[in-house]
Amino acid sequence: MADGNIGLWTVPLAVLGGAIRVSTPFLFVSLGECITERSGRINLGLEGTLVMGAMSAYGISYLSGSPWLGVLAAGLTGALLGALHAGICSLPRVNDVAVGISLMLFGTGLAFFLGKPLIEPTAARLPAIDFGWWSDVPQVRAALRINVLFLIGVALAPILFWAFKTTRWGLLIRTAGESADAARAMGHSVLAIRLRATMAGGFLAGIGGSFLSLFYPGSWNEGLSSGQGITAVALVIFARWDPMLCLWASLAFGGAAALGPALQSVGVTSGYHLFNAAPYILTLLIMIITCSPKRTLSGAPAELSITR
Amino acid sequence: MIGEDPTPAGAFGVEAIAMTMRFGAFTALDNVELKVRPGSFHALLGENGAGKSTLVKCIMGYYRPTEGDVLIAERERAISNPKDAHAFGLGMVYQHFTLVPAMTVAENLVLARDDVPAVVNWAKEKQELEAFLSRMPFRVPLDAKVSDISAGERQKCEILKQLYLKRRFLILDEPTSVLTPAEADEVLGMLRKMVEAGELTILMITHKFREVMAFADEVTILRRGKLAGRGKVSELTPDDMARMMIGAEQLTVQPSRTGEAGKIRLEVEKLVARDDAGGLAVQDLSLTVRAGEIVGIAGVSGNGQRQLVEVLAGQREAESGAVRVSGAPYSASREEMRRHKMSLLPEEPLKNACVGGMSVADNIALREFDRAPFASGGWWLNKSAFRKDATSKINRYKIKTRTPDTPISALSGGNVQRAVLARELGHDVEVLIAANPCFGLDFAAVAQIHAEIMAARNRGAAVLLVSEDLDELLELSDRLVVMFHGQLVYETRAGEADLTEIGRHMAGH
Repeated sequence: MADGNIGLWTVPLAVLGGAIRVSTPFLFVSLGECITERSGRINLGLEGTLVMGAMSAYGISYLSGSPWLGVLAAGLTGALLGALHAGICSLPRVNDVAVGISLMLFGTGLAFFLGKPLIEPTAARLPAIDFGWWSDVPQVRAALRINVLFLIGVALAPILFWAFKTTRWGLLIRTAGESADAARAMGHSVLAIRLRATMAGGFLAGIGGSFLSLFYPGSWNEGLSSGQGITAVALVIFARWDPMLCLWASLAFGGAAALGPALQSVGVTSGYHLFNAAPYILTLLIMIITCSPKRTLSGAPAELSITR
Repeated sequence: MIGEDPTPAGAFGVEAIAMTMRFGAFTALDNVELKVRPGSFHALLGENGAGKSTLVKCIMGYYRPTEGDVLIAERERAISNPKDAHAFGLGMVYQHFTLVPAMTVAENLVLARDDVPAVVNWAKEKQELEAFLSRMPFRVPLDAKVSDISAGERQKCEILKQLYLKRRFLILDEPTSVLTPAEADEVLGMLRKMVEAGELTILMITHKFREVMAFADEVTILRRGKLAGRGKVSELTPDDMARMMIGAEQLTVQPSRTGEAGKIRLEVEKLVARDDAGGLAVQDLSLTVRAGEIVGIAGVSGNGQRQLVEVLAGQREAESGAVRVSGAPYSASREEMRRHKMSLLPEEPLKNACVGGMSVADNIALREFDRAPFASGGWWLNKSAFRKDATSKINRYKIKTRTPDTPISALSGGNVQRAVLARELGHDVEVLIAANPCFGLDFAAVAQIHAEIMAARNRGAAVLLVSEDLDELLELSDRLVVMFHGQLVYETRAGEADLTEIGRHMAGH
């Protein structure tokens, strides 16, 4: 078996490895969006934030030689874009969905513009921890080369779950998201709460982007993101605004995204593009199954513009 | 608040002196004086738009009055925002709940504090809350989600929240509008006891004379932003207060009830409907309304009345069951409504019966706009016919609007409802469905709407009247049914109705 010929086992193994690798950006963006949406605002611009994060992480990592500085830069870029979104949305009669779409285009466009000189050079990449040392099957070892960011993301989900329940900030974010009137009656500034929640969401989405350029696929080009940012927004709805469910949903999407390449590697080439579309088909299916014209979504923050 | 003396212990009084509040050219409050004695239960009466809310919002620091001062415990105080008012021990319970529905009662209480700890130790907080509740006259389930408890319990929560925050001067804005009479008496009775014990002072905004007579010591009455009268409740009658509230305005006289109920017009059979969250809102509901009869549906809001009306209005699909009008199946299509001469007065008329941005004339023509005389050939609209019809209806229904072309959203609530009334009752009516038709309207509009509904009944219309106002139901209905958890649980002739019996069924006992 040491020659790596494990037959059809390749597929589930590759899906598992893919679930871990591909899910990380989903996980960060969806957790970030979860924070933002729980405060009562939708930030559709996270796709742009993700790409900007990927670009700035790659650039800073290349210039400084430290990938972790790149991750930090990606987070800060994301927070900045979040602040921009929140700032525009705090003006009267501004729709957060429309602002989000324009910021999505702005973010990707700006990233392509600023990132032009970064396509050629190679930046320092994020390290991975080898959890597959016990096996001598190369596929297993490849699947279990896990990036630290993934572990941080996995830890973040229960932390957020706990924080929404038991911390002052968690309660305030939920109040702003469930009833802006109640928050105002208590003397809190809803706009300030949403500003911080949107910035936190942008920070996490930016980090999700840094994973794309610094680990997997691990380079900067214009086709880096294939809509992970926007898929993650849908994923939050599917996960019913619950950070723990965001984690499982991200893994499921990551696994679905790895299905196409895995099947190709064992020689299933017909319908390759169809299998590559698995995450999008999954998105559509989930939306069709979970949405109904007859009722509103349970668990949806009452102040979201889609539920009001 | 540094450097300011704290408010003395025990109940204290609040006075507003020469309060004037202008919003641009509009004067909402004109030199109003309000004096609430320490340890008293004070009622603030007035019609919608009389300036009651503006006055208390000035006291609470939501608005900065154009002129005037606030005295707390006989000392002039600067209150520039609600936080200042809270620091002086003033608290307000709003008409609309300020609890967060998706959170538990305990979370809501802790959240309301100014000093929410960064990390909440729930075990310790729950213990302290239990200890606090044991000292209170009423209890609420701490671990229940607010969305799962009844309106009465929510109102208790709101009041408990203020007491938990150690507020000693409570302003209650129409606190009983969502409660059954029994719940209202319970809550107000307990507050009254706390006032008598010298722990609290209460200022209650209301329009219910019954509650003023039963619970208040003193009353201040506002009319159109001015002080219209005040005095000890024991020296006033409801008639005195009503006169001060409405002034010299002439009210429409309601025609007397004539004629007997005829054959069945509206028939609802085993109707099942769901609410927006997918829960069962209307369960196996059967009901008949005859020609020349008003059937009133009583119930605390949220027991499926809204969904029932939405099904009849075509705004919601029924899960199962049947609706028949004059024996024919009815699915709320425009053709059927026209054929059966159906009319609808839904609640929140601006939202449910009008297009806010369109003119009064367009809204009045909304049902017939593509038919003669408003249109030729079903597509060419004749705007002068719109205006002519609207002008005559504006005069007949006393709609106060600048022109027929004014957007209807610019009108006051009473005039929006008058415009809907003109559209829905300006022709022959065989079936009328009305839901809270007078909610939030002034005396004159209420009298006019009641008169129109009674007149429609006398002309032989079958009327289904859904209302949260028991007085209105008792006044208008021939037959009264009580709706609870989506089902009809009690039926009585309105003439023989017993208020306590109805209240008991409204609460589900």
